[in-house]
Amino acid sequence: MKTIDLSSASVRELNQALHGNVQDREWVVTHPDGKHNLAVGVNDAVSIDIQGHAGYYCAGMNQKASITVHGNVGVGVAENMMSGSVRVKGSASQAAGATAHGGLLVIEGDAGARCGISMKGVDIVVGGSIGHMSCFMAQAGRLVVCGDAGDALGDSLYETRIYVKGTVKSLGSDCIEKEMRSEHLEELKELLNRAGFIEDPASFKRYGSARQLYNFKVDNASAY
Amino acid sequence: MSEKHTPVLRESATFDRLTIQEIQRAAETGIYDIRGGGTKRKLPHFDDLLLLGASVSRYPLEGYREKCGTEVVLGTRFAKKPIHLKIPVTIAGMSFGALSANAKEALGRGASIAGTSTTTGDGGMTPEERGQSQHLVYQYLPSRYGMNPDDLRKADAIEIVLGQGAKPGGGGMLLGMKVTERVAGMRTLPIGVDQRSACRHPDWTGPDDLAIKIAELREITDWEKPIYVKIGASRPYYDVKLAVKAGADVIVLDGMQGGTAATQEVFIEHVGIPILPAIPQAVQALQEMGMHRKVQLIVSGGIRNGADVAKAMALGADAVAIGTAALVALGDNHPRLDDELKKIGSAAGYYDDWQNGRDPAGITTQDPELSKRLDPVEAGRRLANYLRVLVLEAQTMARACGKSHLHNLDPEDLVALTVEAAAMARVPLAGTNWIPGQQY
Repeated sequence: MKTIDLSSASVRELNQALHGNVQDREWVVTHPDGKHNLAVGVNDAVSIDIQGHAGYYCAGMNQKASITVHGNVGVGVAENMMSGSVRVKGSASQAAGATAHGGLLVIEGDAGARCGISMKGVDIVVGGSIGHMSCFMAQAGRLVVCGDAGDALGDSLYETRIYVKGTVKSLGSDCIEKEMRSEHLEELKELLNRAGFIEDPASFKRYGSARQLYNFKVDNASAY
Repeated sequence: MSEKHTPVLRESATFDRLTIQEIQRAAETGIYDIRGGGTKRKLPHFDDLLLLGASVSRYPLEGYREKCGTEVVLGTRFAKKPIHLKIPVTIAGMSFGALSANAKEALGRGASIAGTSTTTGDGGMTPEERGQSQHLVYQYLPSRYGMNPDDLRKADAIEIVLGQGAKPGGGGMLLGMKVTERVAGMRTLPIGVDQRSACRHPDWTGPDDLAIKIAELREITDWEKPIYVKIGASRPYYDVKLAVKAGADVIVLDGMQGGTAATQEVFIEHVGIPILPAIPQAVQALQEMGMHRKVQLIVSGGIRNGADVAKAMALGADAVAIGTAALVALGDNHPRLDDELKKIGSAAGYYDDWQNGRDPAGITTQDPELSKRLDPVEAGRRLANYLRVLVLEAQTMARACGKSHLHNLDPEDLVALTVEAAAMARVPLAGTNWIPGQQY
């Protein structure tokens, strides 16, 4: 196990070490103290434990690594992640999992506004609630919310599937509630299991795109 | 005996035929007009400036004997691996999707022959483009279509796009006829949708966040790649200052003459400012920060010939970028296509429906049969020729001004033909020492 103490080492030293010829499979980062850009651009199947709060873009563009943050995270955790997994033991700020293409992002607490914005294939599971404009222009992947969702959920949605257990304050343009069929219950069960949450899939509702805004039509002008 | 007069029809200056046609079109369709290209209105431009050749008070260089350097290094501020270009004319960002794969390959080929860089666009990096581009700049756009860390590492520089001259403040669109299986796959979209691109980045807001975003991209790429910030010209003085403060290595400033693949006509014609007044504002911002020539400035929007290159550099740019002119060099709007263009309601020299994918030149299309018409090797050769001419022309004028490098051109080598151009470019009106707004 390799430990990097950010009270003495720099973020540059941490990331450079993680980008090199990585021999150690387990890494511990101590004293993160809300620093930005921790463990970004990792491209190895390593395990990284960040023991405290992290700032913006923690685990950004992650590939293959399993990263756990034992605290809260700032804006854009796991942004543009391609694969691997990121688990936040606390809560996340805005734009969690923004534009991420793959992998699994688990937020045990709440997530702020624009959770899963423009997501492109990632799976996001949130133990608590999410803020407004979440899944804006989300293209692919699944978002699971065990709490409530804020205003304008799924605005201008493409093919992302959204599951919410609690209330949805409002749906965005072209986002509608959809039938929860058996394949969706199975899919949700698998996602909850992977995230480690004990929830009844049948207590969730499914939301998706009405696909009415996929092509410009004069009649839809009021939706924009 | 009274003479018979032929009646003269008087066209309204306010409601001219084009205006009337647009009102009628809007009334029929109920939706705005979308097209490609840049603004078509006449604007103060480089044609309104003249270079002052040497005489007694200045000493010229011998045109066919004495060297006039053209090389430029981009990204010297922070990047471990700045880009070394042989010429200061780069190829602007244009997407695969907006352009055919052959067109992207041709841009890479032409740029590489000439010793300069080309740039990806909204939608990611294609193997054809990477393979044929010696220097490839990877755009980081709000949509992040096709963005991935593997391609980020393959790039020679990263360009964070905040806007473009044709539509500062506006997002993008790619109409469904161009969202083919390959384009849709690269962008993770359903085939055939009218693809929208966001106007704001999804995970940062404002210059303080931008500084952290730039730091993230540097961390991911181990501080190797130069990071450009591209701005659509509207408030360049403030935008340049904020981008430099946020940590940019290079500023790309695009005036309203810059082209687009598909934008509302009203947006193209009425938002943003021309490149002529934008350059002095950007240079002033850099100078006040002590960053002129340390943070390089690339300008674009209506660069057509070597005179434009020389004048832009005399105003303080380190390099220029071309987009529309590069497409024309590849074969866009060629006279041999006139008959075919007329069949789709246009004509050679006028074609701007780059959004609909029916380009007979095989450039702004995803139609496999049309795309095949463009030979990327031949088109690349044409682009390389054109780039050479731009540089030769700029060198000719720089030598005449007594300059041994294009970067040695400066505003004192320029005068303006109109009061407006003098005020915007901040150079004297020809035959006077008067710079409007600076002297009375």
